[in-house]
Amino acid sequence: MYSKEVLEHFKQPHNYGKIKNPDGVGKVGNVVCGDVMWLYIKVKDGVITDIKFETFGCVAALASSSIITDLAKGKTLEKAAAIGRKEIVDSLGGLPPIKVHCSVLASDALSEAVYDYLKKKGKEIPADLERKHKRIGKEKEIIEEKYHDWVKVEEKMHEDKA
Amino acid sequence: MERSYLDYAATTPVDPRVLEAMLPYLREQFGNPASMHSFGRDAAQALEQARETVAKAINADVNEIVFTGSATESNNTVFKTIALANKGKHVIISPIEHDCVLNSARWLKGQGYEVTTLPVDRFGLVKPQDVAAAIRHDTVLVSVMHANNEMGTIEPIGEIGAVCRKAGVLFHTDAAQSFGKVPIDVRKMNIDLLTASSHKMYGPRGAALLFVRKGVKFAPLLHGGGHEGGKRSSTVNVAAIVGFGKAVGLCMDEMEAEGKRERQLRDWMISQILERIPKSYLNGHPEKRLPNNVNVRFDFVEGEAVLMRLDAEGIAASTASACSSPKLEPSHVLLACGLRHEEAHGSLRFSIGRFTKEEEVKRAVAVLEKVIKELRDISPFKEGR
Repeated sequence: MYSKEVLEHFKQPHNYGKIKNPDGVGKVGNVVCGDVMWLYIKVKDGVITDIKFETFGCVAALASSSIITDLAKGKTLEKAAAIGRKEIVDSLGGLPPIKVHCSVLASDALSEAVYDYLKKKGKEIPADLERKHKRIGKEKEIIEEKYHDWVKVEEKMHEDKA
Repeated sequence: MERSYLDYAATTPVDPRVLEAMLPYLREQFGNPASMHSFGRDAAQALEQARETVAKAINADVNEIVFTGSATESNNTVFKTIALANKGKHVIISPIEHDCVLNSARWLKGQGYEVTTLPVDRFGLVKPQDVAAAIRHDTVLVSVMHANNEMGTIEPIGEIGAVCRKAGVLFHTDAAQSFGKVPIDVRKMNIDLLTASSHKMYGPRGAALLFVRKGVKFAPLLHGGGHEGGKRSSTVNVAAIVGFGKAVGLCMDEMEAEGKRERQLRDWMISQILERIPKSYLNGHPEKRLPNNVNVRFDFVEGEAVLMRLDAEGIAASTASACSSPKLEPSHVLLACGLRHEEAHGSLRFSIGRFTKEEEVKRAVAVLEKVIKELRDISPFKEGR
């Protein structure tokens, strides 16, 4: 069912955890299955120097999260934001058709992290990234409603730490 | 790698004693019981012996046992032909039935029948008074499973049977998970129709039964050469049915001792999981529960990921999370019990059995504890930080 690459990334995911004082954060959720992914980036001179993820999800979601950190690290923001589901699926040696939406989740999380960075820095946001952000925003509302209690606890902790 | 099979509710290995009993009927005693010669007579004798064993196990008469190919076939027969042969236009089911009952009831709805789905409480229990209230003048059939396949909750089928008998409505129970594990008496429990399956009780696949109480109007699903007294045509799978009979005999002989052993393992496992893993919860009823079922859920992690991490360590379990389902929907059983989508997301079932050793259960709990911790480290949501 799952490829060797998927299972390797799933068993030993790369770059998971938080980044302290990230330059950009992307938080997305999948309304279909209920998976949630948070992605953190560090940026220097327009290049992603560090990237980490936290994911609540299945094998495919965890593997997609892991691979996208590998794909994005060292790339310019522009190139990173353009990483789509096809690149993720191909890099994983394929995903079962029903699990392709998990790769979309990873791609969305990265776009959102880049969007967050550009917005914070007051930089110009490309039109396609803006469009994607609007689409993701709608889905995020639904998912945050679903995990309301858990998200609240988590955000309060961030505030406490800050 | 050391491997532990803790998924007996999905299927069981064939007991070596069962296999031994079957082998002659695949070799020299291969005859067709419908044949008149000695080969056929030998096979027919073995078939009838299996029928006797099975009938005795549920306190039925031999003429009331129809051998079928699967529990799915037995349940389809109840909804697609028996319901139609009897008077009425309304059936009642529980919301936690197996898909083969739910989808057969859906089919019946397409034939112009009305289907009432009963409520269940948070443990998955049906209340007999709800059954009584749902019965109408045109109700033909009530179908409530004996024990649930996911949570192991045991339904009060004796009381439900009494309600149905009083109202003169057929009562069917799917006992695929319970037969051989807990006692069944079709007379005392007022059961009219009962489904059970060989491969859930250390027999081979391809053999199952439908008990049809004497006096219940029957119509076959499979028409043909008139096997099984015209109730189920198909060349009889003698070896599988001999195995089924042997498996039933063994389960009945060992039910008390094995039930006690499994209950102890089950309760140890549940208490250890709940104690050692924070934010873990039991699904289903703590006592009215199959002796071999452990169904738990964990906050902040997803079931398929837990299952596959366990699998990587050689431990076989089962999950009903949305991610593991072909429709990406969480278990209809857990949702019917009032669990929210995200709660069902982190659900996991272990089901132990005859060949499960204490060490396996101990290792499973230790590995589970580690796996949940690791996955929570990766999850954006974490326990009580």
